[in-house]
Amino acid sequence: MLNVDEIELNFGGVKALNGVSIHAETGKITSIIGPNGAGKTSLFNVISGFYRPSVGKVTLDDEDISNLPPPNRAYRGMSRTFQNIALFRGMTVLDNIKLGAHTQLKAGVLTAGFRTSAARREEAELSSDIQREIVEFLGLRHVQHHSVEDLPYGLQKRVELARGLVTRPKILMLDEPVAGMHSEEKRDMGELIVEAKRKWGTTILLIEHDMSMVMGLSDKIIVLSFGKPIAEGTPEEISRNPAVIEAYLGETELEGTAA
Amino acid sequence: MTLILDYSALGIATGGLYALIALGIIVIFRASHTFNFAMGEMMTLSAYLFYTIAVTYSFGIVAGLIASAIGSVIVALLIERAVLRPMVGQPFIAIVMVTFGVGSVIRGVMSLIWGPMDRQVPALLARDPVMLGEIFIPGKSARAFAIAVVIVISLILYLRYSRAGIALRATAADQMTAYSMGIDVRRVIQFAWIIAALAGSISGIMVANVNSLTPHMGLIVLNILSVIILGGLNSIGGCLIAGLIIGWLEAMTGLFLGGEFREITPYILVLLVLLVRPNGLFGTKEVERI
Repeated sequence: MLNVDEIELNFGGVKALNGVSIHAETGKITSIIGPNGAGKTSLFNVISGFYRPSVGKVTLDDEDISNLPPPNRAYRGMSRTFQNIALFRGMTVLDNIKLGAHTQLKAGVLTAGFRTSAARREEAELSSDIQREIVEFLGLRHVQHHSVEDLPYGLQKRVELARGLVTRPKILMLDEPVAGMHSEEKRDMGELIVEAKRKWGTTILLIEHDMSMVMGLSDKIIVLSFGKPIAEGTPEEISRNPAVIEAYLGETELEGTAA
Repeated sequence: MTLILDYSALGIATGGLYALIALGIIVIFRASHTFNFAMGEMMTLSAYLFYTIAVTYSFGIVAGLIASAIGSVIVALLIERAVLRPMVGQPFIAIVMVTFGVGSVIRGVMSLIWGPMDRQVPALLARDPVMLGEIFIPGKSARAFAIAVVIVISLILYLRYSRAGIALRATAADQMTAYSMGIDVRRVIQFAWIIAALAGSISGIMVANVNSLTPHMGLIVLNILSVIILGGLNSIGGCLIAGLIIGWLEAMTGLFLGGEFREITPYILVLLVLLVRPNGLFGTKEVERI
């Protein structure tokens, strides 16, 4: 599925990532954890193409995509959400979700402007599919025509998940999907993520600070610390790993107060 | 009273052209957060291209219009590719100064090629005045207004409902997210420049028709500035209403206070509006991020 090999990423003199390799298995949830500043989001940015690593490569389904810009990676079935809510303000929930499906419409940006009947049909089919599958699935029907900035925080996060899922991506990268949520919202979100994985076989990469969620959801966990992988394994293995306890779990108290 | 109405009609007619020019600037701003001060010169150059093909080489008006449209698009894409794209990531003010520079260069080149004198472009728009009841509107202005408003409204609708327009809005709202969702932001920016070039081509030819064609015709953009600020820098629909308001206000000022005040009153209005609505009449807060 997705392979990230020996990534090295530098910002000036700082090594943000140093020899990071991960393998995301098809239809599994792989979590990346680590203290703040460990390089988790940088890794996502390398995978989605915003950062070019100085060393290492990214392959998706055996294709080397290291040199592709972000839109081309999206067309190959990559999708992501952002740490901070990155919805398109001023647009409705439905429009936001539809934009997530941008890559599924064959008509290009310029040609679609002329609204050929094929393009219209394509769009209508897509709309009904979004209604049936995504909007219903994520329980967003009652707010679909609302402007996104009017929604409460938890729902906005859910719209982001909807937008990430609308293409039925091969790989979905979730950057702290439950940050800032209360426990009930967290539980709902966790269930939706597992359900999406089950329903569409989506491969998921997850960055999350909420340890109970990570431990409950993940098939595999990778621990980063200061840009370096320090452990990899199942949730049980990770929770027993002394290096992890020292580097990460020892800091959860701090994390807890900060979040 | 009829005088006021006559002037009002004339002012609003000019305002339609303002709106079209403003739209060219706003569409680029939305796509790339770049304020294009070279818009006036792009416009003027389009008018010269029209003049050269239609008059100097006497290929006729239609050929002139087509050449002007194609030429403007090519020039706009060249500016975008060669000058602005390398500036990505630079501070806003640096990029704005560069567009200023591009404008000066184009103005200089136009002076070299076509000289400083006034040129009369062939009458595209019929001269016979339009009468709205008792109100007299000079023929060219009335027709220029009608054309400008039709184009502005169709562009607004196009940008609102087409996928290209939606991609543009997504890019305006959040470039990085749009990019990660498969929207080719570079294509969207090129698309914005094409729209701006076409708006400039049409408005340039019409301004040259209503006034006359000189290398300095593009300075009209200084009036447009107040339209854009009044309407809200990121509001495509706002520019139409703001254009009409400013055009009307200028005409009224000219009538009651004299021509020398025409340039000032729009800015006084802008100042007053900004005190109440810091983002312009229709703008949204997004602009503050620059």
